[in-house]
This record gives sequence, structure tokens and C-alpha cells, in this order.
Amino acid sequence: MTTETAQERWVGRALKRKEDPRLITGKGKYVDDIRLPGMLYAALVRSTEAHARIVSVDASGALKREGVVAVLTGEDLQFESGLPMAWVPPGVEVNAPDHWPLARGEVNHVGDPVAVVLGDDRYAVVDAAEDVIVELDPLPVVTDIRAAMEEGSPLVHEQLGTNVSHRWSLGGGDVEAGLAQADVVVEREVVNHRIAGAPIEPRGVIADYRAGNLVLYSSTQVPHFLKLFLSLMLGMSEERIRVIAPEVGGGFGSKLQIYGEEILLAAVSRRLGRPVKWIETRSENLAVSHHGRDQIAHVRMGATRDGKITALHAEITADMGAYLMLLTPVIPSLGAFVMSGCYAIPNVQTDIVGVFTNKMATDAIRGAGRPEATHMIEICLEQLAAELGMDPLELRRRNFIPADSFPATTTLGIVYDSGNYEGTLDKLLEHIDPAQVRAEAQGLRERGIYRGIGFSTYTEICGLAPSRVVGPGGVGLQTGLWESALVRVDLTGAVTVYTGTSPHGQGHETGFAQIVADKLGVTPDTVRLIHGDTETGPVGKGTYGSRTLAVGGEAIAKAADKVAAKAAQIVAHALEAAPEDIEVSGGKFAVKGAPSKGMTLAEVAGAAYIAADLPPGMEPGLEETAFYDPENFVFPFGAHAAVVDVDVETGKVKIARYVAVDDCGPAINPLLIDGQVHGGIVFAVGQVFFEHVRYDEAGQLLAGNFVTYGLPSAPDVPTFETDRTETPSPTNSLGVKGIGEAGTIAASAALVNAVIDALRPLGVTYLNMPLAPERVWSAIAHAGTDNGGAA
Amino acid sequence: MAPHVEISLTVNGERHTSEVEPRLLLVHYLREHLGLTGTHVGCDTSSCGACTVHLDGEAVKSCTILAVQCDGGAVTTIEGLAREDALHPVQEAFWENHGLQCGYCTPGMIMAAADLLKRVPAPSEGEVREALAGNLCRCTGYHNIVKAVMAAAEADHGDVRPPTPPDAAYETGEALKGGIGA
Amino acid sequence: MIPVEFEYTAPETLAEAHRALQEDPEAKLLAGGHSLVPMLKERLAAPSRLIDLRRIGGLHGIERQNGTLRIGAMVRHAALASHVELGAVAKAARTIADPQVRHRGTIGGSLAHGDPASDLPAVIVALEGTIVVSQPGGGSREIPASEFFVDYLTTALAPEEIVIEIRIPAIEGAGSGYQKFNARHEDWAMVAVSATVVRAADGSCQDVRIGLTNMGSTPLRARAVEDALRGGALDGPAIAAAAALADQGADPPDDLAASSDYKRHLARVLARRALQEAAG
Repeated sequence: MTTETAQERWVGRALKRKEDPRLITGKGKYVDDIRLPGMLYAALVRSTEAHARIVSVDASGALKREGVVAVLTGEDLQFESGLPMAWVPPGVEVNAPDHWPLARGEVNHVGDPVAVVLGDDRYAVVDAAEDVIVELDPLPVVTDIRAAMEEGSPLVHEQLGTNVSHRWSLGGGDVEAGLAQADVVVEREVVNHRIAGAPIEPRGVIADYRAGNLVLYSSTQVPHFLKLFLSLMLGMSEERIRVIAPEVGGGFGSKLQIYGEEILLAAVSRRLGRPVKWIETRSENLAVSHHGRDQIAHVRMGATRDGKITALHAEITADMGAYLMLLTPVIPSLGAFVMSGCYAIPNVQTDIVGVFTNKMATDAIRGAGRPEATHMIEICLEQLAAELGMDPLELRRRNFIPADSFPATTTLGIVYDSGNYEGTLDKLLEHIDPAQVRAEAQGLRERGIYRGIGFSTYTEICGLAPSRVVGPGGVGLQTGLWESALVRVDLTGAVTVYTGTSPHGQGHETGFAQIVADKLGVTPDTVRLIHGDTETGPVGKGTYGSRTLAVGGEAIAKAADKVAAKAAQIVAHALEAAPEDIEVSGGKFAVKGAPSKGMTLAEVAGAAYIAADLPPGMEPGLEETAFYDPENFVFPFGAHAAVVDVDVETGKVKIARYVAVDDCGPAINPLLIDGQVHGGIVFAVGQVFFEHVRYDEAGQLLAGNFVTYGLPSAPDVPTFETDRTETPSPTNSLGVKGIGEAGTIAASAALVNAVIDALRPLGVTYLNMPLAPERVWSAIAHAGTDNGGAA
Repeated sequence: MAPHVEISLTVNGERHTSEVEPRLLLVHYLREHLGLTGTHVGCDTSSCGACTVHLDGEAVKSCTILAVQCDGGAVTTIEGLAREDALHPVQEAFWENHGLQCGYCTPGMIMAAADLLKRVPAPSEGEVREALAGNLCRCTGYHNIVKAVMAAAEADHGDVRPPTPPDAAYETGEALKGGIGA
Repeated sequence: MIPVEFEYTAPETLAEAHRALQEDPEAKLLAGGHSLVPMLKERLAAPSRLIDLRRIGGLHGIERQNGTLRIGAMVRHAALASHVELGAVAKAARTIADPQVRHRGTIGGSLAHGDPASDLPAVIVALEGTIVVSQPGGGSREIPASEFFVDYLTTALAPEEIVIEIRIPAIEGAGSGYQKFNARHEDWAMVAVSATVVRAADGSCQDVRIGLTNMGSTPLRARAVEDALRGGALDGPAIAAAAALADQGADPPDDLAASSDYKRHLARVLARRALQEAAG
């Protein structure tokens, strides 16, 4: 952080992060780094069966172990309500089974917790958990969503009488009529297989209940929601609960959840009167932190001979897993809202059916529904181009919503705030010449290397809010989704900003400081952001869905504006000027046209707190709160290109180049944007090539550690080429849109399209992820059969 | 309980003698016994590298080493990497190049990178990527991590040696006369 | 996760180590610990005692003696990788996992673990190496690598024996290749093939050794490929024709990463590439 005075705007500059000094020296404090006096450790005894009745739990052996304090089961702990599911879509019935922190009577997936062992030694509780004898009476198991929908399938929840959780549709126009008008219709079964969030920090919880008050530390993305549900489930008045999200080591949606362990530890601490810590192992993380994706979509896309897309129909069967967790059933719907992508398609329909299986629940994982939707659209679009004999970029251009038509209402009734899809594509082509790539491909082929280029032009919907649209009367989430912020100026002019958003790597402390610094005429190094503590700041809804800047950042901007307005009044009063003539300039609140006449923020704060000579009627002090609930979502967009080299002898794919042009409105800090884009792309690279949460037919997890669930590492990915365009959003005053998920949303289609493009000369026209070498090799061997590889 | 074993080792220049359970992992010794919580645990299978420290001058995964195996050894953790009051060039470069986001993999990543630069002062991009194969990051996509390590290599003129291939320069290793190929 | 409880000793002599091993039939030897400690943490192994070999002298060197390369059992993968004159052994060692693992894992530990997916075993088999084991009472015996690997994770090592050295006949003027195939850089080999070739003065193939990693329950040698090449031409067509025999006799099981058929295909492709690399 430089200390130069604010001669210019801080917003837009690639400042290095305020967060980093503590993190690069090992001084960050994550949940497992916190130790409380008298703290117990918890280890969970989990189901080894995918579906079974619990016959008995014998803890006698475990209780004999030195240091073991208690073993508790589902029968021992009472809760006011079950674990939450937040979606009640108007007019749609959702079958939500009971879901408790510890299983009651029945387990429904491998890893379902049966008992908790408490003791005062971290190693001893693990030993004792192995001593707990759980007798399970196996029930029939179903893991395949197609099988689960068949007549006579085993039922995950007998009492529901069906494996279908819900059916939900969103459409506009008439897709059958639209498809009938088409000269070419592409039909694909697009599989978005199950993946894990897999943040490098597994989850962790410490509950400390004493004297009627609860302090709970959790590696969560949503401390305020957690506080609410602790109150509801434990029957505690909310003011007695404080939730702290300390340093959080990544989330990717997997920590946007109300987990049984969080509630359980609070209940156990209350019961035993001692603080309790639980740290998830990686095997647990892969088994029982919610998964993402797991949809099979039957997609039809039609176009006329001249390349006008007439209709798109996606019929999605989505695997819910065994329970409906916080947002489980609504995830596929998030994709449905942008099922027409960045194209003007007159007839669009998405039909979703949610299905229970004896697997861990799915829920939001980076992109949450929008990567799946983009994948469907962009894969089918490039196939459509191939069948039309048209350049895939030309087909896109013929269907882009024109830049001059924003805000644009889509067939689905969604209002896209702003966009310039031609602009991002044009900029992409400044960086990469498809003709040159194709020429290079010719030269490589004789060496057995097939080079291909694939594209993805996307838009997505984020900045979740607005409450009136996503809330109970709209989409049906049982909450508002605004943000609030408090900006406090100390006597010395130092600024503390409190936010209800909850970062876990995004760099909020830096970006938000830049916004506030400009508003108040100070340098970002004197602006500190406080987050992740329900007791020290205003209420908020957390960090997920690329919402933090567009909603939380705007709330901060508004609070800072209020502070600036009060400051202007104080300065005007002191300097005998009109408040409207005071502006922030040269590190001061200065009189317009007389820049030497002004007061620094410290001087203003001095006046505000000493309060000896304030304008009549003005309250002392210098801090303001703002709540912000936007009128619309924001819709980032962009154009990505991937170049891949396929070793056709082995099926192994190497990413030769990857170019991304994204538009998330005016940059607050370009460094942070690039970081999000890089990470977002690699998240998709993992899904496309390596990662797959697999279960066998008995519901046993086959990808339960980092050997069998392989994240890409540095040598598996390329260097990226990134660029931006800046089309402001009219939704908020900053003009900004989210960027946390865009890379992931865009990239899988670009990569898979590139592989298909490479192999088209060999007759491959269809590939489903994950593109393990054998699947690619097999697709080449069976080219022409058009089955997308094994499903 | 199995008999405890006395171990004596140097951590970040300071000598420690402790009675430990034989099964105690080095990472837990550092974190729980010495309170050095900068070294993290991210997996159970020696895959993620968040626990990387230097043992007797070499990067190792402290989740896969028993504390008793380190008796008599010298360990450097992220807390001991900075030189006096100045950041280590790799730390500086991670900050400068936005080589971290959530920070959880960062200590291990920095320790692995510092280990590479000790052996190979001027690595190629490919060498950097290969040297970090045992360290997983879920946030950054590695782009800025690799950039940071390359930048640190350029910035650190303190201890320049001629380039050597990775994996070279371990045992004193006079080449044997007549081997089994090249 | 966390290992089960065990006792620990770190003897300073082989004799003491043997004594400890004899005292406790449930004891296990600890070398670098990079096969064993992960198994302990997953509780796939639960020994009553670990006998750490790190203090025992004489197990850490690499030297040549009378046409034989002698590699101490405690020599680490990183050291093997730095000795380029070890040919395919060095090349294979260089691909093991990552630098941190190579800093700790040892050749003796790797061989004694007996995992056919490990990189070193098949190379040692192909090079007709010998595993020297010490026995209680000061004796020792030499086990040909071809007889050492009995089955998956099972070796000819008797419970009371300790691997102390690996001997490989030096081959003058050899070229080597190691082709490892995996999805991610960090992954175990789906299949790997090592090749060591010696050309005669006329350029023909004087000698050739091919090792197959993860192509069965033990490390394998592709003798059909060797027989097809030995004494004949060592050019592209000859190599291609011979490599097509690489999976002959192998019957690799399906696993999560690859089917049996695909592994056989990979063996053929990688054999050709390894031979090309070795033939220069």
C-alpha cells in the first residue's frame, strides 16, 4: 500500500491487497487456529451405508477411552426445527424430507452423521469414534437419477412416496412452434457431472456456550444466516448469539450452507457447558460438504438456414442427493433465468425435475446453475454452427442481443441491465486469430496432435438481490437479499467500514477501501474493513452468487456518501460556504473553485466529535449506516476462447492457450478481477478434465480424497490471457457487476468446444465432461456414433 | 497409551525439547504444541501441500512426517521465513503479484517456492509449475502464483548460482563413471 | 487423518533393528514414510510399533563397484533423480509425485511397499536389479527383482528381513527413456513404460529392457518387445512393430482412472515413445 495522498481516484487502480501481509507470514487466523480454554474436540461417527435403518448405537467402548467425555446420538439432542431449506416457490410443491444434525432412525447417504464423540484430546476422539459400534440394517439404494424416477425404484424417503422433489418450469414463447420453424435442430444430452467445492481449508466450527450466550466460530460464507438458524433451531433468542467467520480459506459455495455440524456443536456446547471444536477432514469434506452440478439435460436448439436461432428447450433432471439443504432445489432454476444466454431467442423453455438419490445433497457451487446453462447453450450452438456450415462466431453475431437495445427484456421476461456482446467478442479477436490457430492446426496434425479452438460467449445473472424478485413473493426464497453497511470515521480521521458480506479470499478489504477512500478523500490504507462478525457490524446476507460488490459494495458506497454529505455540511459551516459547493478534491473536502480552502477528513472528524461548533441541529459524530436493495440483478458477460491440443493416440488434452475477455462494468481493482477470472477458469478446467464426485451403485463414494478427487495443480493449467471491456450497469451507482463466477460460467463450454473442434476431422461431434483421457480416446475410436462418450 | 518419546529439534532457529506421542504428526506438533498455526492442513493424503515446511533445508509435507522422525532436525515454517524485519523475496512477490486470495494454501505454496529457488535460482515457467505440483490452490488458478515465483527469482540476487535442473544438487553426487544410461 | 497409536524406536544398527523386529511381530519398518505414513493416517495399517531406519549407517549412498551400481535402501527419490547416469531409474524417480515427496520417499521403502503403480519397481525389474536384504544374525540374501514382487502390495521379503541395498548391473553406453501417463501431473501412473537400450557398433540393438508400471498386480517386464528388437534394427519401423507387443501377457485390472483395454493401448503407445526416447 502506498502512502501518497489521494491526488487521483483510487477506484480503478491495481492496488496490492491489504489482506496479504498477515496471510503471507502465517499470521492469518482460521477456525482451526483458534483454541479456547477447556475446549473439547468432536469427532463424528458417520454412516458407512448409503441407505439403512439405524438399529443400535453402542458407545460403551468409546466411553471407556481415556479423555472421552460423551457420545451423543440423534435421540439425545432435541432441536426446535430441522435443518433449513429456504425455497418455497409460489405454486410449486417441494417435497422436503426431515433433515437433522444427527440422523434419526435412518441414514440416507454415506457420511450421514449418526453420533458425535466428545473428548479433550484431538487424537483420542478419532480413536473413540472408531470404537462406536453402529448397527445398520441396509435398505435398498438408488444412486442414478434415471433409475430413481422409474416405477418401482427404491425410495430415498419412503414417507414421501416418490423420489421426485419438485417440478419447476420457466418459459417464454412456444418452443415447439419455434423448433418447427427451424431448418436445423440440434439435440443433445448434456451432462454436468457432480463436482465438489473443495476449498483448501476444510470446514471447521467452534461453539462456545456460556452463561446463556453462544459464540460460534465457523468457516462460513453466511454468518448472519447462521446466527438466525442457530436461534431458530436451538430455540435461543437471537441477541444471545454471536457468529464469527474468521479468516475463511475459500468457499466456492460449499460454505454457503447451514450445516448440521454448526448446529450440533452449539447444542453440544450448551449441553456440556464447554467449548467444542470440530475440524472437517478432507475425506469428510468430499463426502459431506455439499456437492454441485449433477444435472442431465435434454437440450434442443433450432435455427433457420440463415442462422437465426428459433428456439431452445432444456429439460433438466437434477440430482438433489438425499436431502434438500439451504438452496438445493433452486440451483437449476438459477440457470433457467439466463437459458437464452446472450442471444435474442424468441422461444425458450426450461423444465426442471429434481430427484432424490442416496448421495450427498447438491447445492450452490461456484456458478450454481449458470455454468450448466451456459454449457448447454454454447455446446449446442457450436454444433448448430457445424450443421449449418456456418462460422460459430458468425452464428453468435447473428443472434446477439444488440448493444443498443439495453436494458433488454428477454423472452423469459428478465431485464438484462447492460451489455455489449459484440464488443467483448471483437476485443477477444484482437488477442486471438482463429484463422491462424486453424493454420497451426494443419502443421501439428502430422505429429498426431489435433489442435482445436472453441468459444464461449456468455452472460450470467448475479448480484443476488433484488428482494422483491428473489424473495417470498417472487422466486420464493424465504428471505430478503439486500445488504447494509456502516461507515465510521474516528476522531483522527481513520475510517472503519463494517459490512455484512463475508469474504473468503476475494479481497474486499482492499476493494472496498478504494471505494470509500475516493468518497472521503483519504488513502485506502487508513480505511479498514470489518466483516464476518455478527456482533460488530450491521446485518448482511453473506458472500456468494457474485453479489458482494454489486450489493454490499453499493451499500458501502451509499453509507460513505452519507458520511461525505454530513462532512460537506460541517465544512460548509466552518468555511462559510454552501454545502453543495463542497467537493472531495486533493485529499480534502474543499470549496469548489478554491481548492486551497478546505478541510481534511481528520479535521472534519475533529469538528464532528468535539461538536463545539456544528451546524444548528446536527448530531455529533461521523458515522452512517445504509441499506441497499437493488432494483435489478446485474448481468456480467464476456467472450472466451480456448485452444487445445489433443494427443489423439492417448486422448490426452493440453490447453495451449486460453483467452478471456470479460465485462463486469468499471473496475474497482483490476488485479482482483484478473484473480477471480483466473481462478474461475481453473475451477472449470477441473470440472472439464479432472474432477468427478463418483459413487458406485451401492452409494459408496469413489472420490473421497485428493488422490481420487484430483484438483488441477500448477503444471496442469496454462497461463491465461485476460482483457476487459467496461460497460457500466445502470443498476447501481458504481456501475459494477459481479466477477467471482464468470470465469467458471464461461470456461467449460469453451474448453469442450475446443476439444470437439479439434476432433471434428475425425468425426467426433459430441463429448460430455469429464474429458478424462480414456473418454476422449474412446470417442475418437467410436467417432460417428454420436453418443457423447459414456454418460 | 503408547510411551511418549522425547524429541529435540530446532524450529525457526529456536531449540525445543518435547515429550510427544510417537504418532504425532509434525504438522500437529508445530501447530498444537508450538502454536505455529501458519502451517495448515488441507488434506489427508499428502496431496495439497498446505502443510509444507522446510526440514533440514528441504521442502517436505509436515502432515506425512512424524514429529519423532524429526528428532535432531531443523524445521523452518512460514513464521520463520522472513529475514529479520524484511519479508522473504517470495513473500514479497506473492504480495506484489496478487499470488494469493484466501491465503490458506499460501504458506505451503511460499515454502515450496522458496525451496525451488534455493535449488534453481532462475527457473523457467515450466520448472516453476512442476515444482509446485504438490501444492493445491483453489482460488488463484496458479497464474499469479507462477508469476510471483518468477518475479521472486528475478528479484532475489542475494544467492545467485548457475541454473541447475530441478532435482539436481541433492546428495553431493559426483556422477558415477559408467551408469546405466542417460 | 490420524494414525492409530504405536510405539517407536530408532535403532542405530541393523542388529538392533532386527532385534526390535523379532520382538514384535506386529512392528513395521519406517524408511522415508511416504508410503507407510499415508496408510497409517487412513488407518489402512495399524502396526504396534515403528522401527525407524533413519539412524542406521550405510544405507544412504550410491556407488559403483565392479560393474554394479549399489544404491542404499534409504537413498531418497530426489537423490536418484539427480544422478542422471542412473538412466531410467533417475528419469522415473524424477516423475514421482512432487518435490516434497521426493525429498522424503526412499527407494527401499518404495520397493518394499510393492505397489505395481509405483514408478521405480518396474524399472528395477527391467534392469535385472537385485534387492539385498539383511537377516537377523548378520546374514543377508540377494533377491532378484524379478522374484521380489510377488503380488499386489506383496513382496518376497520375509517379516524379519530388512531391505538394505538395491544392486543394478551397470550397462555401458545405454540410452534410457521413461514415459509416464496420467491425467494430472501429480497423479499416479495410469501406465508407465521404461526403456533402456544399448546400440551395437553398427547401430543395431545390442540390448534392450522394457519395464511396465501398473500393468498388473506386480511390476512387469515386456519381454516380447525386447525379444523382437534384440539383435535387430533399432529404427522407427522396428520400434513401432516391437512396441505393439508391449501388452502381451499383461492383464491389467480396470481401475477408477482407466480400463484394462485402455491401459493395454497405453502400454503399446508408451513403449514406442519410451524406446524412441531411449534410442535418441
